[in-house]
Amino acid sequence: MNLIRTGKAGTLESSDVMITVKGHSENRVEIKLKSIVEKRFGRHIRRQIEDILERMEVNSALVDVDDRGALDCVIQARLETALYRAAGIQSLRWEEIQ
Amino acid sequence: MKLRRTMLYVPGNNPNMVKDAHIYRADSVMFDLEDSVSVHEKDAARFLIFRALKCIDYENTETVVRINSLHSPYGEDDLEAMVRARPDVIRLPKTESPEDIMEADEKLGILEKKLGLPKNEIKLFAAIENARGVVNVSRITEASDRLVGVAFGAEDFVTNLHTTRSREGTELFTARQEILLAGRAAGLHVIDSVFADVNDEAGFRREVELIKGMGFDGKSVINPRQVGIVHEIYTPSIEEINHARRVIRAIEAAEEEGSGVATLNGRMVDKPVVERARRTLELAHVSGLYLDEIQEEAAHA
Repeated sequence: MNLIRTGKAGTLESSDVMITVKGHSENRVEIKLKSIVEKRFGRHIRRQIEDILERMEVNSALVDVDDRGALDCVIQARLETALYRAAGIQSLRWEEIQ
Repeated sequence: MKLRRTMLYVPGNNPNMVKDAHIYRADSVMFDLEDSVSVHEKDAARFLIFRALKCIDYENTETVVRINSLHSPYGEDDLEAMVRARPDVIRLPKTESPEDIMEADEKLGILEKKLGLPKNEIKLFAAIENARGVVNVSRITEASDRLVGVAFGAEDFVTNLHTTRSREGTELFTARQEILLAGRAAGLHVIDSVFADVNDEAGFRREVELIKGMGFDGKSVINPRQVGIVHEIYTPSIEEINHARRVIRAIEAAEEEGSGVATLNGRMVDKPVVERARRTLELAHVSGLYLDEIQEEAAHA
């Protein structure tokens, strides 16, 4: 999946996460994480985001994550939404999503 | 007996409400992808509810998703995502004709087959929200074996009727009756509309008592505070339970003497009275609150 623009999803409300993604200028993956639970779950959140990027074959991405205590499934949903928006893809690719 | 006394609306793009939707003990939670989600967030809400249904255990609470109309740009994607997420029920908004139901039924069947899911696993709820839907409701409720219920949406209905909602609900009376009759005739659950003013508890109680008296199985609710009130009103009182037990004892005694009719306090007890009494006891049983008292009384009988 190629990111052709900036994609943003989520909010800064409690239990949500705001994720912004765009292509990386150095053609690599970089995750900037800010979380209210960073000390306990920071590594877990980063690993989860890396896994999703890998599954969706995103090799160049700058991912900005502002987490307000979101569940894993919320982080996943917000990242998928941001990626689809950044890639300009309208129809869902279920083989990647599942 | 399946209870659908309360169907709690949960805006589909609000993670805080989505994750805790079941803790208020509504009989059903309805994740909304339609009116509570702006057109700019339809994709986000769809992803959120898809992921939530796949990872959150909503325990015994029935999960319902209100998708966008299949004639909107979002409906088909909503439907496929939700079939893959496997909620208990899909609620179709603004159902106007039996063809709306048949179309959804057919698309669900195709998706279930494609994904290797059991046939007719996902059930349907039809929401009647305008005059055309009310006029066609008896054909709508007979349109598919997947249908388990029909819901009334009064807010859109009064707009369509060029009026507003009154305290008494006079403008809703015919529609409620039509929907209720059609739903009952088809053996479906029938759920009344939301009551929008969450601070008007007295008005809400009055409306719940009205629709319970009319025969509705329950009500769509928009705030967790409304759940307990509906359940309280729908749970049979001790007096009703005791009366039902006396009816059952009277008819059992009559049957022992070879008669199908009894008398209780000077009033005739026949088949429909007995059926109502049995329903009261069953409702008390599944509501769970008076189970001990029922067993205790039965032991003395």
